[in-house]
Amino acid sequence: MTITVAGNKKEYPDGLTVAALLAAENVETPEYVTVSLNDDFVPGDSFDQTVLGDGDEVEFMYFMGGGR
Amino acid sequence: MPFTNDQLQRYSRHIILQEVGAKGQRKLCEAKVLIIGAGGLGAPAALYLAAAGIGTIGIADADEVDLSNLQRQVIHTTPDVGKAKVLSAQETMNRINPEVTVKTYRTFVMADNIMELIADYDFILDGTDNFPAKFLINDACVLAGKPFSHAGIIRFKGQLMTYVPGQGPCYRCVFREPPPPDAVPTCKQAGVIGAMGGVIGSLQAMEAIKYILGKGDLLTGYLLTYDALKMDFRKIRLPRRDTCAVCGKSPTILAPFDYAQAVCELG
Repeated sequence: MTITVAGNKKEYPDGLTVAALLAAENVETPEYVTVSLNDDFVPGDSFDQTVLGDGDEVEFMYFMGGGR
Repeated sequence: MPFTNDQLQRYSRHIILQEVGAKGQRKLCEAKVLIIGAGGLGAPAALYLAAAGIGTIGIADADEVDLSNLQRQVIHTTPDVGKAKVLSAQETMNRINPEVTVKTYRTFVMADNIMELIADYDFILDGTDNFPAKFLINDACVLAGKPFSHAGIIRFKGQLMTYVPGQGPCYRCVFREPPPPDAVPTCKQAGVIGAMGGVIGSLQAMEAIKYILGKGDLLTGYLLTYDALKMDFRKIRLPRRDTCAVCGKSPTILAPFDYAQAVCELG
């Protein structure tokens, strides 16, 4: 299947979960990343159960605490 | 009151812009913007807002200038080391533009003073360096109905979003609650490239200016992310969270509150 991850089209095997995608994309501290799927937030406790499908668009939002 | 000849000269590159004109410059000169944190983000934002002639600029920070600040906090200079950041910032801003009133608040911004602090201002800039402060500013601005710009920077990356009451999600819609202390790295631990504050802080100033002018599209409903190493700017569309604890349909946060964190890290 083809999914769009942070704006880039990528090929992944069917049945991929959000949690597996976070691992495959080497996302740092995945437990503190906000994920949106097709313009809806994925609840933080359902990354394991959320299965992605062809054409899905996934975005990652990271905590950035710096500023001073 | 009409502009003086000096003002017409000072603001000529603004006034000539179709989107600004004398009317827009007048709005800028009458506007009040509060900057919380006179550091990596607040420094460039304060310089551009002062230069733009924002009539009243508040700046809140409890710290003194440290040598390790000068790699990015361009409003402070080497002779300012040891001086209160708000005073150092005020001096630089008034040297750039003596016409602007700079109000200094040498204080930690906390739940017990933030509502009073933001009450007088039209737009607030979050230039803080920790999550408790960022959530506090978000909650207070949502509760008080104040527009604000959130930003964060780390390493070679930065992000910002704009909240306008009644339009789009707030910071808490996206991030829910602060991560546990030390769960995600801070600039002090991880470092930050100095020019990142210049890029993202200047974008915050730009959002404030556009809001005041009422021109263009603000970053409401979007998170702008910047990856300097990849030289990649992205606008991520943000969903709204109906269950948001502060701006959702049944809010549970009805007053600002402080998350526990060592006071030395707040500001």
